[in-house]
Formats: sequence, C-alpha cells, structure tokens
Amino acid sequence: MSATTATKKSGPSAGPPKGKPRKPRRAGWWLPYALLAPAIIFEVVIHVIPMATGIWMSFLKLTKMFISNWGNAPVIGLKNYAVALDFNSAVGAGLLKSFLITVAFTILVVGISWGFGMAAAVALQKSFFGRGFFRTLFLIPYALPMYAGVIAWKFMLQKDTGALNHLLYDNLGLPGDKPFWLIGDNAFWAVVIVAIWRLWPFAFLMLMAGLQSIPNDVYEASAVDGAKPLRQWSAITLPMLRPVNMVLLLVMFLWTFNDFNTPFVLFGGSQPPAGDLISFHIYNASFLTWNFGSGAAMSVLLLLFLLLVSGVYLLVMNRRSKRA
Amino acid sequence: MRETTSAKSFRIVVIAVLTVFTVIPVYVMVISGLKPLKDVQGAFSWWPSTLTIQPYIDMWRTVPLASYFVNSVIVASAATVLSLIIAIFASYAISRYNFRGRSLFSNTVLATQMLPGVLFLLPLFLIFVNINTNFGVQLVGTRIGLIITYLTFSLPFSIWMLAGYFDGIPRELDEAAKVDGCGPMRALIQVILPAARPGLVAVAIYSFMTSWGEVLFASVMTTDANRTLAVGLQLYSTQTNVYWNQIMAASVVVSIPIVIGFLLLQKNFVAGLTAGAVK
Amino acid sequence: MKIRTFAAAAAIAALAITATGCSGGTSNSGSSDGGGKTLTYWASNQGTSLDNDKEVLTPQLKKFEEQTGIKVNLEVIGWNDLQTRIQTAVTSGQAPDVLNIGNTWAASLQSTGAFMPFDSAAFDAIGGKDKFVKTAMDTGGVPGQDPTSVPLYGLAYGLYYNKAMFKDAGLTPPTNWADMVADAKKLTTGGKYGFALAAGSYTENAHFAFINAAQNGADLFSADGKPTFTSDGVVDGISRYLDLMQADKVVNVGNAQYDNGTKAVNDFAAGKVAMILNQNNADSSIVANGMKNDEYGVVAFPAPAGAKDVASHVAGINLSIFKNTKNKDGALKFVKFMTSPETQTALGKPFASLPVLAGAKAVFTDNVEEAKTFSDIYANKSKPLPLVPSEDQFESTVGKAMNQMFATIASGGTVSKADIKTALTTAQQQVEAAG
Repeated sequence: MSATTATKKSGPSAGPPKGKPRKPRRAGWWLPYALLAPAIIFEVVIHVIPMATGIWMSFLKLTKMFISNWGNAPVIGLKNYAVALDFNSAVGAGLLKSFLITVAFTILVVGISWGFGMAAAVALQKSFFGRGFFRTLFLIPYALPMYAGVIAWKFMLQKDTGALNHLLYDNLGLPGDKPFWLIGDNAFWAVVIVAIWRLWPFAFLMLMAGLQSIPNDVYEASAVDGAKPLRQWSAITLPMLRPVNMVLLLVMFLWTFNDFNTPFVLFGGSQPPAGDLISFHIYNASFLTWNFGSGAAMSVLLLLFLLLVSGVYLLVMNRRSKRA
Repeated sequence: MRETTSAKSFRIVVIAVLTVFTVIPVYVMVISGLKPLKDVQGAFSWWPSTLTIQPYIDMWRTVPLASYFVNSVIVASAATVLSLIIAIFASYAISRYNFRGRSLFSNTVLATQMLPGVLFLLPLFLIFVNINTNFGVQLVGTRIGLIITYLTFSLPFSIWMLAGYFDGIPRELDEAAKVDGCGPMRALIQVILPAARPGLVAVAIYSFMTSWGEVLFASVMTTDANRTLAVGLQLYSTQTNVYWNQIMAASVVVSIPIVIGFLLLQKNFVAGLTAGAVK
Repeated sequence: MKIRTFAAAAAIAALAITATGCSGGTSNSGSSDGGGKTLTYWASNQGTSLDNDKEVLTPQLKKFEEQTGIKVNLEVIGWNDLQTRIQTAVTSGQAPDVLNIGNTWAASLQSTGAFMPFDSAAFDAIGGKDKFVKTAMDTGGVPGQDPTSVPLYGLAYGLYYNKAMFKDAGLTPPTNWADMVADAKKLTTGGKYGFALAAGSYTENAHFAFINAAQNGADLFSADGKPTFTSDGVVDGISRYLDLMQADKVVNVGNAQYDNGTKAVNDFAAGKVAMILNQNNADSSIVANGMKNDEYGVVAFPAPAGAKDVASHVAGINLSIFKNTKNKDGALKFVKFMTSPETQTALGKPFASLPVLAGAKAVFTDNVEEAKTFSDIYANKSKPLPLVPSEDQFESTVGKAMNQMFATIASGGTVSKADIKTALTTAQQQVEAAG
C-alpha cells in the first residue's frame, strides 16, 4: 500500500494543482482536514492506538499472572526482545526457524504468482475466441471468499480422502505410497501451493490492466523491425509494466509475509512445524502460551523488518526510476 | 499481424496449465457438495456415487447458517458503505487539496498496513472494552464493533484507489463547477462522484470482499448472536462428524453472491485498482 | 516513501503510547447489568452440536429462573474458540458471570487471578465441598489454595472395543498392555486396524503422554512446579504410545492426520478399527454414527504388567465464577443449581457425563456394565493432570511435539528415544521461558 501512494506521488498527475502557490491560511484551509477527520479518527482508534498499545505491551512481562490486571504488569524493558532474539534458546530458535520458513514461503509464493500472472496476462494479451471466458475464469480464486477456497484445498489435501493424492496416484499412476500434505515436511509445499492459488489472480489482474495501457503500435513497430516475441516482452512489455510491477511486488510481499489466514484455515489448531509461518507462530506464541508481552515483541520485530525491507525497496526503486 | 507458432503454443500451454490449476479446487468444492456423506468419508472420486442435493438442505440445520449469512451481509454491507463514504472525503482532500500533513497522513495510513493483525488483536479488544466502560457503547460482541473494525481494514487501500481515480478526472471539470458557483462539496457530489463511478464500484467490491472473508477478528469479536460466515463454516466439524459435503455446499453458497458480483464488476475493479499505478 | 515521514509516524506512535498510558483491564464490566436479575453463562460444547447443547440446557435454565427469578443468558461456545474467548475475557474484564472450563485448565486459569476463589463461605453457599467426589474436587485448582472452580461434568478415558471383531478372532478384552498390543496385532488384518488414535490432536496426545508417564510412575512437574519432561519415565511412556503406530503397526498411519477424536470414533463406528481410546462422552457419537450400544464394550486402558494402574486423567468440565461478577450471590446460586443432584441427573445422560457428586449413580448409559467400568476408572484409576499454572503449556508444547513425532512416523521416518528426549528438552525450555 505504501508503494502505491509513493508511486502515485511520483506520477505526473498527482499532487496539488500546479501553478497555484500555497497561500497560508487561505479561506477554507480547514476543509481538507474536515474531510480527512473521519478517516483519521477511525485509523487512530483502530490502528494507531492499538499499534502503540502493542508496542508498549512488548516491554511488559505480560504473562497470565498479570493479564487480568495488566496495568500492574512489570516493565521489563527489552527482555522480551532479548528472549526472542536469543537464537540459542528454544523460543528464539523457534522464531528464527519460523522467520526463515516465511522468507522461503514469501519468495516462492510472490515469485511464482508473479510468473503465473505475467504468463497469463501475456497469453491473454491478444484477442482470440474465448479470451473473455478465460479472463473471468482465472479471477475466480481471487473472488472466492478466502476461507471457502482454503477449506476446499484442505479437503483436497487429505491423505486418503483427498483429490490431489487421488489424481497423482490413482489417476496418473505415480509409484509409491500416497504422502501426507498437511502434516510433516510436505505441509510447507501445501501452504505454498494454496497461497499461490489465491494470490496469482491478483498479479494477473494488475498486470492485465497494465498491459492494456501499452499501445499496440509499439509492438507492431518492433515486429516490423523483426523482433521475436520473447525479445518484445523483455524490450517493451517489461519496461512498460515497471510502475505496475513496482507496486505489485511490494503489495504481494507484504500480504504474503503477513499471511495469517491461509495457515490458520489450512492447518487449524495443529500446525506442522514445516508450515509454521511467522504470523501464525506469533499468534500461538501469544495466545497458546499466554505470553502476550513476548508475542508483542515478536510482532514489533516483524514490523521493523517489514518497514526496513519496504523502505530499502522504495529507496532503490525511486532512485532507479529517477536515473531512468 | 500473424502470431508465430511458438507464441501460439506458449499461449495454449499457459492457458491449459492455469485452467487446470484454477478449476480443480472449484470443481472439487462444487461436486463434493453434491455427494452423500459416505462418499466424502471414503476415498475421493471425481463423480458422486449418487448425485444428491441433500447437503444443501442439511447444511442449514447442522449450523444456523442462515443467521450467519444475515450477519455477514449486514456487517459487510455496513462496513462497505461507511468505508466508501469516509474514503470519498479523504481521497477528495488528498486529490484536490494541498495541505500541511498530507504526505504524513498517507504514509502513516500505509505504514499501518504492514502491521501483523496479531499485534493489535488484543489491544483493539481492550480499547473496545474501554470505550464501553467510558462511553457506554457496547462494541465487543456486537455487529457495530465488527463493522468499525472492518471498515478501517479496507479504508487505506480504498483511499489510495479512489485518490488515484480522482486524480484521473480532469481538474477542469470541478473547477468549472466552482466557477458556476458550486461549493466544494457540491462539486464533489455533482461532478466528481458521477465521473468516478467505476472507481467507487471498485472500492466497494474491495471493501466488501475484505469484510466477507475476515476470520481472525471475527473469531474473537463475535458471539453466538452475531457470528459471521467465516467463523460459522468451521462449525461443520462437530463432535460427532466432519460433514465435508455440507462444508463444501456451504462454501459454494457463501461464494456465489460474491463471485458473481465480482465477475460482473471486474472491469471497474481493474480500472480502480490500477488508476494510481498505471499512468 | 520518505524516511522522514516514517520518523514522523513513529513519533506520533510514541506520543500515542504516552497519551494512552495504561488503560489496562482493570475495568470492571461484567456483561450482566448488576441488577441481580440476570446472569451470563458460557457453556462449553458437550452435546452433539452447539444447538443440541442449547436445547438440553434451556429447560434447566428455565427451571432455575422459576426457582430464583434470575434469568440466565446462555452462550454455548465451541472448543476451538473457548480458550481465546476466555483469554480475551480475562484480559479485558468483559466477561460472563459463570463459565465452563476444561478442568485441566483450572490451575492455569487460577493463576490469572481473574476467577473467584471458593472460600468456605462460598462452598457453604453451594452445598459444601464434601458433596463432590474427592478426585473430581482435586481438579479445582492448585493444591493448598482455595479452588477457583468446582466439578460439573466428570469424564474418563476408556478402551472401547468392538465385541464382534473380538469374538470372531477368539479374543477377550485385554487386561494389560502386552495383551492389548497382541490383540491389536491380531486384529490388524484385511484393511482393518487394531487401533485408531487421534494422533494429530495435541490435547489428546498430551493426555496420553501424561497417562503413560503416570503408569511409569513419572511426574511431569516437580513439587515446585518446574517441568520435568525429560525423565526416563516420561520418555518411555511416550515411546510406548508412539510404538502403537511405529513398531507394532496396529494404527493406520493416516491417523497422524486425525486432529480430533471424532475421526477415530467414525472409524470405530464404521467397523474399520477394533479399538479406540476415548472419553465416555464418545457414546453419543458412536451411536450417532450407527453403532449400537450393545455392539461395543469398554475396559480400562491397560497398563504394562507391574506398572501403576493409571487408566485415565481425571477428565471433565469445571464451573468457574468470574471474580468481577456483579451478581455474586446469583452466580453462587447458579453453581449450586448446576451441581445439584437433580440437574446433574438431568444433564448426565444427554452430555454423557460421569457424576461428580459423591454417592451419585452414573446415568450416562443404560448399559450397566459400561457405567460400572467407567465409574470404577473415574473413582479408582484416574489421576489429575499436574495442578500447576504451566499445565496448559505442557499440553501445547508436549502435545504438539508428539503431533510432529507421529507425523514423522507416518511419513516413513523413525522416532528413537533419543529423538523423543530432544523434543521434550525443547518443550521444557519453552515452558520455562514462558513461565
């Protein structure tokens, strides 16, 4: 989301009306503030104050001994952070492992979703019979309510009664025993596949819209010059989609890294270590152990990490686009 | 312009692979909802032993799905309408005015989007309780609490989409209206909103989808009386049985309105979504 | 995006912290509005569905209203949500007046200080501490303190077996572990299995870690409440339980995915397995799945020869009162009502619970023998789970570790005693860190 605002600002049409110098306290100066007031009030109550409270909680020893009267919980400074970052302890090691799993998960999901989205957008770029049908079809996973889609996958990924094993082993005749998907190490691949299924249509949607704004004659001109489709893609499509990609990748990164719903619905109460994504890990660290201080500290670390990555990403991207 | 063979085979392969990937779960959902219970308890088959609509009948009894449905509709609609109104004002300010704190506002809003929901689940609950104690407004365990929560979830993205859309509407239009003596609010209502209708639709779809699908906050903030579908679907795993066929039937039913709505309006959605980014 | 604006945002957040200060959950807003005329009651899911619970409880609540004039607002909460709901209630003070808890949580919840301790006056108000079965009352909280919960429904594990399958194989119900495994091996044939386990449910796994360890005479916590998961008795106990799938192969590896007892019950009722381990409230589910009451028998979960005769933990549901209730008298009256002989008898059958009142007769089944077996297990062969604040941590850490061990076995790996010990060491560290 951050990216989008930033991009908008760098876009030519954003910003205040040009040529009108800002006059201090001109009539109606209060109007924009009044217009923003409702949004600000809700954001403050629902996001900013809870966020601040959460940060404050991370400095407390907020275990079940204090939870019912947490005004009295002792302030222990950075101790929760020290525990979470001590990778030799069970808690720190668990967090680190979950973090690494989430990094791998995010890279795979964002990368493959983007690839699928791009491939589909390019494949549907030229008009042909049935194009509208496939365009609609591909958007279904995104339109389905999140839990309905994931529950369907949960059903499909059952070992003995699931459709996936039936397809792979009974229909396609893969040798060997049917594997588990929702427990053990395969759980990682299960959550990756489900997340890709849910996310790629969004990439497709954004890239498709981006492609529409590339004028056709650019392609025609290059075809006259003898450019092959792959060359056209790398020389025309990719650069032209740069603004879309910049936003898209960041948004997908943030959503995927913070993904809670997919593992929550897919694994339920017994999440396998291989599918221990960080949001879910923190949720369990807070609610299962009643250690809300420690859980808050982990959330803040996650937040700092995301801010850092987004900040660096935007800095690099903005610098490059200025150079370009 | 003729298409090369390689481009054509690329297109066919991509479409085939992605169609299979997309369709299989949807097919499994639809077909399993038409199976008797013993079919979904045994090995999977692509076609039911007997085709039955019984799950679609039983599912209303196993859990009070109808009442969850009503709750979801009320919560999602109210959150959508409110979020839309608030976003319209905010986006109008951002798009048409230059004021101190403008970029601070946009950046703070977007920074909140990086928050893991887990971090503020408990604090938000506490704040709702405090509001209740101090102002007497019951927010926990009511639809209002859920509506307020959801409307803020979709607000930042909505503001961004709408601001982008408003930017795309030529300034001359509302300047002309102002010359004609319209105040800023009338310019907004009479000129900008009609022109931005696709953007408004996009924002509405987005808000509605966000609210319709949220699980985490709904599981904590709702009680029996105002439970939403997202939580209610979990109740098909009862003490005596896991009714996979009814779960799938219910999933189909809760999906149909939103999928149809989305697919009908998708062009608007694309336009709104990319208004900010694609110029 | 400019770093400067992020800094500004951070500054605002910091301001907000100081401004909001501690608005903690000292607030005191029980959802019943003080008038002494209403109570809010959270019931756990004991019947076949949430609606079923409501149907069963409503007539009783009506009766209570007629007797006392107090209206009870009932909400039945599924087990998936109950713990989170209790946590948010404890944290915020926005809580019901009376609620059901799993009795294994009693000591953990007591340590939050959010629940009313039953002192002697409170016990007098509900009819005396001695009206309860002693083992059941032991689960009320940490020993040596006033308990914060009293028993409501009693439950115990039993070994359910399919009579026909045993008869066909010429077997009699097992009385020790070795017999049980031998029987199970014999019955594992032709696509059927000797056993079904809820091997993917961390609570079930934790319970059997405890029961098997207790058979070995091993404790999970030292006298001062420190975890002692890594002792040989615990490791051996868990290993023995895992071996049902790993070495003895009498459990279908698919059971590693069974994340609640329901699926094992389904298999049992469908005749796919000869034995299951379940609490006595499985009765209604078995019957609901089409198996008749006289088609199965129950014996105590057997221990190895020479080991301690522990067949179950003292399972069940307790009743607690929130400390900040504005209607303490009404709440006590309600507890008294729920634990009265009449109500207990009325609810014993539909919820398939064992009586928690001393001298009461089990009414959950018409099968005299089954009732006797379970009453015997509950009164003589059950041991309470550790009554320490970290008990819930034990369940989640050790139980989840066992989920993973079953998953490893099921996907073809092996779990050695050394592996078990390593996993338990990690679990122990987690519990210590959270304490």
